[in-house]
Amino acid sequence: MAEGKTAVMQRASAPAIPLTQRLPQTKGWKELVQDIWDDNPTFRMILAMCPTMGATNMAINGMAQGLATLIATVASSATVAALRTIIPAEVRLPSYMIIIAFWVTIVDIFLRAYLPPLSAALGPYVPLIITNCFVLGRAEAFASQNSPGLSALDALGVGLGFTMSLTLLGIVRELLGFGSLFGIQIFSGWTPWVIMIIPAGAFLLVGIYVGIVKHFSPGGQIGGGA
Amino acid sequence: MDIFLIVLGAILTNNILLTTFLGICPFIGVSGEYASASGMGMAVIFVLTMTLPVNWLIKHFILDPLGVGYLSLIVYIVTIAFLVQVVEMFMKRFLPALYNSLGIFLPLITVNCAILGGVLFALATWNLGFMESVAYGFGGGVGWALAIILMAAIRERLRFAPIPEGLKGPGIALIIAGLMAMSFVGFSGMINIRDFGG
Repeated sequence: MAEGKTAVMQRASAPAIPLTQRLPQTKGWKELVQDIWDDNPTFRMILAMCPTMGATNMAINGMAQGLATLIATVASSATVAALRTIIPAEVRLPSYMIIIAFWVTIVDIFLRAYLPPLSAALGPYVPLIITNCFVLGRAEAFASQNSPGLSALDALGVGLGFTMSLTLLGIVRELLGFGSLFGIQIFSGWTPWVIMIIPAGAFLLVGIYVGIVKHFSPGGQIGGGA
Repeated sequence: MDIFLIVLGAILTNNILLTTFLGICPFIGVSGEYASASGMGMAVIFVLTMTLPVNWLIKHFILDPLGVGYLSLIVYIVTIAFLVQVVEMFMKRFLPALYNSLGIFLPLITVNCAILGGVLFALATWNLGFMESVAYGFGGGVGWALAIILMAAIRERLRFAPIPEGLKGPGIALIIAGLMAMSFVGFSGMINIRDFGG
């Protein structure tokens, strides 16, 4: 909060600074960067594990799942923030769930209409964005107390961090499991690592990723969510 | 016989946690202690067994006849939230001992993907019949509980193991889950729940 205020004051007193230098000082930017890396939902917070494992057997699936979640999170956070003064505190959680379910339904219907093969590949993991812990988490922890714009940026950061993690997992799993990348064969005559295609490989790989991230930046909080 | 096969299939071959990755967040987050893990497992069995028949009735008697299938996600999640609330009140009144041991885990179940995932698999992907859905709900819950209880037992023993610093906590838990999932691959192909769908 205090950092945000100083950033605003600096901006007001020195308007001549170019945008490229000013941008990293703004509150929105800090939220964005913090959510992408320091609070990365997958490797840092260990949240949203179901799609992380279920939808990353191919790089394109991981990316699509990440982007679908990103859109749903940004839209839900902005809606919750816009309605934050209207929703009574006692029924806020059910209200958030309905808002999230509404946006996820729209994303799901959109995917089914325009990208049917991708929708079939992702299966129930798109509707399951509703129970994605960090979507509700951002609504409750951030959007319920901030303006729609800032909430959308916060959600965008989490969504980008999530998309990045899922794509990264998908790339490794597809390379080792199929010898291809985004559907293009990279290694000819590759002996597929079946372990990378089946569930077990996803668990192992995420475990190793979490270990690597924690090893190289031990600071920050690593927690298990519900 | 079919019902028995579905229960067995939901526990072993189609284990909701180790083969379809549903409900992993509480699986990693709550498996640190044996007591809380078994409480969470019980709660999931309870809610999943209750949710599937109710959502089945809603789908077949309200959503499908009215042709409003596009509302299904919203309706399912509201039904789940409502049922969790009912189960909570019921247990508080009639089973206070169990209620106290479950504590915070009951309300958290609303956002457990295993519940909504189980509903979506049974009603949307496989389109199971009524009794089959009930059997899948119960079996799925038992399978989930089995996995988290096994995991908690392993993690209690791990407390004294020399684990590299970076892997302590969730890292090693995920790798163990990977090894467990590998052992469940051995069951695959025995029973296929998809065969019971319509």
